[in-house]
Amino acid sequence: MSDDFWSERDTTPDAIEAAMRSMLRERHAENERLAPARVLNLVVIVDREWKGEIANRLERAGRYHGSRTILCAIEEGRTTLDAVATVSYDNPEDRLGVMWEKIEIDLGCEHLPGLQTIIDPIIVSGLPTVLWAPHRHDDAVRTLLGLIDVILLDSDDFPSAAEAFERVFAVRDHAYVIDLAWLRTTPWRERLAASFDLPARLRALEHACELDIRHRDGSSASALLLAGWMASRLGWDPEPLSLHTGDRREGTLANGDHEVRIVMRESHQEAPGLAGVTISCLPDLSLSLERGWGGLEATERFGDGGVKQWKILGASRGEGGILGDGIRLALLREPTYWPALNAARELSEA
Amino acid sequence: MPAGLAGLENPLTEGLERLPVHPTSLVIFGATGDLAHRKLLPALYNLAHEGQLPERFEMVGVGRRDSEHEQFRDTLTESVRRYSRRRPDEQVLCGLIEDSRYVQGSFEDDLVYTELARTLAEFDEQAGRTLNRVFYLSTAPEFFPLIAAKLGAAGLNCIDGADTRIVIEKPFGYDLESARRLNAQVLEVFEESQVYRIDHYLGKETVQNLMALRFANALFEPVWNRNYIDHVQIVAAEDIGIGSRAGYYDGAGALRDLVQNHMLQLLALLAMEPPTAFNAEKLRDEKLKVLEAIVPPTPAEVPQMAVRGQYGPGVVGGERVPGYLQENGVPPDSRTETYAALRLHVSNWRWAGVPFYLRTGKRLARKLTEIAVILKPVPHVAFQGHGSVGIQANQIVFTLQPDEGVAVSIGAKLPGTRMQIRPVNMEFRYGTSFLSESPEAYERLILDAMLGDATLFTRNDEVEALWGVVDPILEAWRDDRNSPMPQYESGGAGPAEADALMDDGRIWRRL
Repeated sequence: MSDDFWSERDTTPDAIEAAMRSMLRERHAENERLAPARVLNLVVIVDREWKGEIANRLERAGRYHGSRTILCAIEEGRTTLDAVATVSYDNPEDRLGVMWEKIEIDLGCEHLPGLQTIIDPIIVSGLPTVLWAPHRHDDAVRTLLGLIDVILLDSDDFPSAAEAFERVFAVRDHAYVIDLAWLRTTPWRERLAASFDLPARLRALEHACELDIRHRDGSSASALLLAGWMASRLGWDPEPLSLHTGDRREGTLANGDHEVRIVMRESHQEAPGLAGVTISCLPDLSLSLERGWGGLEATERFGDGGVKQWKILGASRGEGGILGDGIRLALLREPTYWPALNAARELSEA
Repeated sequence: MPAGLAGLENPLTEGLERLPVHPTSLVIFGATGDLAHRKLLPALYNLAHEGQLPERFEMVGVGRRDSEHEQFRDTLTESVRRYSRRRPDEQVLCGLIEDSRYVQGSFEDDLVYTELARTLAEFDEQAGRTLNRVFYLSTAPEFFPLIAAKLGAAGLNCIDGADTRIVIEKPFGYDLESARRLNAQVLEVFEESQVYRIDHYLGKETVQNLMALRFANALFEPVWNRNYIDHVQIVAAEDIGIGSRAGYYDGAGALRDLVQNHMLQLLALLAMEPPTAFNAEKLRDEKLKVLEAIVPPTPAEVPQMAVRGQYGPGVVGGERVPGYLQENGVPPDSRTETYAALRLHVSNWRWAGVPFYLRTGKRLARKLTEIAVILKPVPHVAFQGHGSVGIQANQIVFTLQPDEGVAVSIGAKLPGTRMQIRPVNMEFRYGTSFLSESPEAYERLILDAMLGDATLFTRNDEVEALWGVVDPILEAWRDDRNSPMPQYESGGAGPAEADALMDDGRIWRRL
């Protein structure tokens, strides 16, 4: 991978945009097999002191990144815009090469009320624009809402799940929301769907009586979203769960003529997100999925004492992979998140 | 409880990108062969990596090579490490191979099938349910009917409570008669709905994108007919020779190797009517109509619509290379074609009078697979006298390799004071417009076979229609032992004789 650079202190959006255009034109003139990627704009708002960490996280998103990434680092007291622009490309001899663009802008709090006038000139028009503000910066986000198509956030990053879900509802009218906490539940949802796909299993699901979710400390939003998804898909009536010490939640939901007990509890693990899920169905079946190396460990228990265990293969995406998935999904639309979120919000309202 | 659950539709699958695959045992015949080594086993690993394999997945390799389970697992590991498109996760790889089994023996041997049945039953027992069965025939074609018959005799062609499918690699037959015979032999044992005839071209993203571009855009379909399209060129050019495949290639030739399957499939997808639904039967019905509308030539017509050739010595990539007849293993008097060019007509309302030119060959100037749709010129050009470089008809070019994408050539004004026109390209390239890396065609096709989706596989009547197009040409070439075989220089564009196929002032696109 090669890079072309441009930088300027005390610069302007027009100068940044002109520099990008010039670098792309020169590189293409030198090698016409190099073409700029045109997928989406990714605007990232971060605290200046954590800029390096977020840049690393974006690197780990793998091939899923914005074709033009604009990283705005906010620094208390700064009065000028300083920018570094990079065009990165590989240079294959026998096929098309793609150029990726990154612009890092250091700016001050005083720039935030007019942030849209800084970003607007430098995004590529005609492409979807995705906003990610991992350190919140709600004021900056607010100013950009008219400019963006998709907002990427992480419900697990908020002080509480309830606060996170309120935030999602507050921005949903302005942009399509992709929630990284929801994406952490994807493999679990896929495997639960697969485990109950056979007709006999689907019938057993009608008699589900308990859903037990284990999650890492601070990932209760993921757990609530998974429970909300089950409730919304299966027609369980969501009710607020009672909150106990250690972020343990429990409650009972009506499922037609019987009830489903919901339990959520913390479990020690390094990675954010879920650690395990158990669904018990009357009269005598329970299925547990536990996070393991190289996939999920599945265990089925039957009323006669019989136990079956196996591994469901799949590599961990890691947090970088989840962020990459979030960026990729900015191009798609997911129909089940909102019903799940609605249910999760009701479950969280203790 | 949602109404769907009572009707046994799984409400948990809505919105998921990866749909559940029924628990499956996959049996690969020819598991130690080259295709399995380079393509199938790495494809299975990548499906496992992405969590796309069924929750219960078991694999059995069947091969003639003397090997134990452990050695087979070592082979599998090596295949994945060497040919996977991503670096393997050791835990996933270990999970994939640890329960895989190997059944050694000749495909004629009944004991192989007895052992296979025992192994599959053992997997069912472990899972506590009957797993679906997919038998993948990655063997030399002469074994296809034998293996199908033996599977039937062993009672492995169907099972209560689960689905059994058979995947058959190309070539499906050697000519029309052998294809019919093979169809009959396979269908004696399996239902047509159980048979998945694979043509890996159909698993390529660009091939599927041909349908997306045609049927998801209002831009193209209005001009997709004889009123606006002058002709179509489909090219599959390779810059390499036959390598070590003389044994296979000399018995096949370019027409069988690429035209009969891949290139005619591309033609069918390009020319078919919009299917009413994107499912296996509707799509294949439409492709079949196109293939049946191609009028096969009489023996007397073959020389006017088909040209063959053999590559001679030449220079490719700056290096001298031998001619076909000098290649190891090729008989010195071989008349097998390494180049074939055809002019075909689709005799229906939409395409009447529009020639479809197909050309494929080895040791050509470069590796290129593309479909070029050349539109008719505009009826009047007012800028003719202004020194334009040339006002050309618009072309819509779908490239499959080396870069996947689509380009539309249009006339544009050169900057300056005069109205001078030159052709420029509007291009869409997969690499620049999507974040995702295209999966290998085999990943998609193996997954589809396990899901029971036959949309990208070839149906029996389609196979016979494909052979029906090329069979008269094969016969005419086989019977013609006297006329000289056109030669072309390696590294060039093919034999000059192919130019004669292009009528009405048309010319081949540059490779």
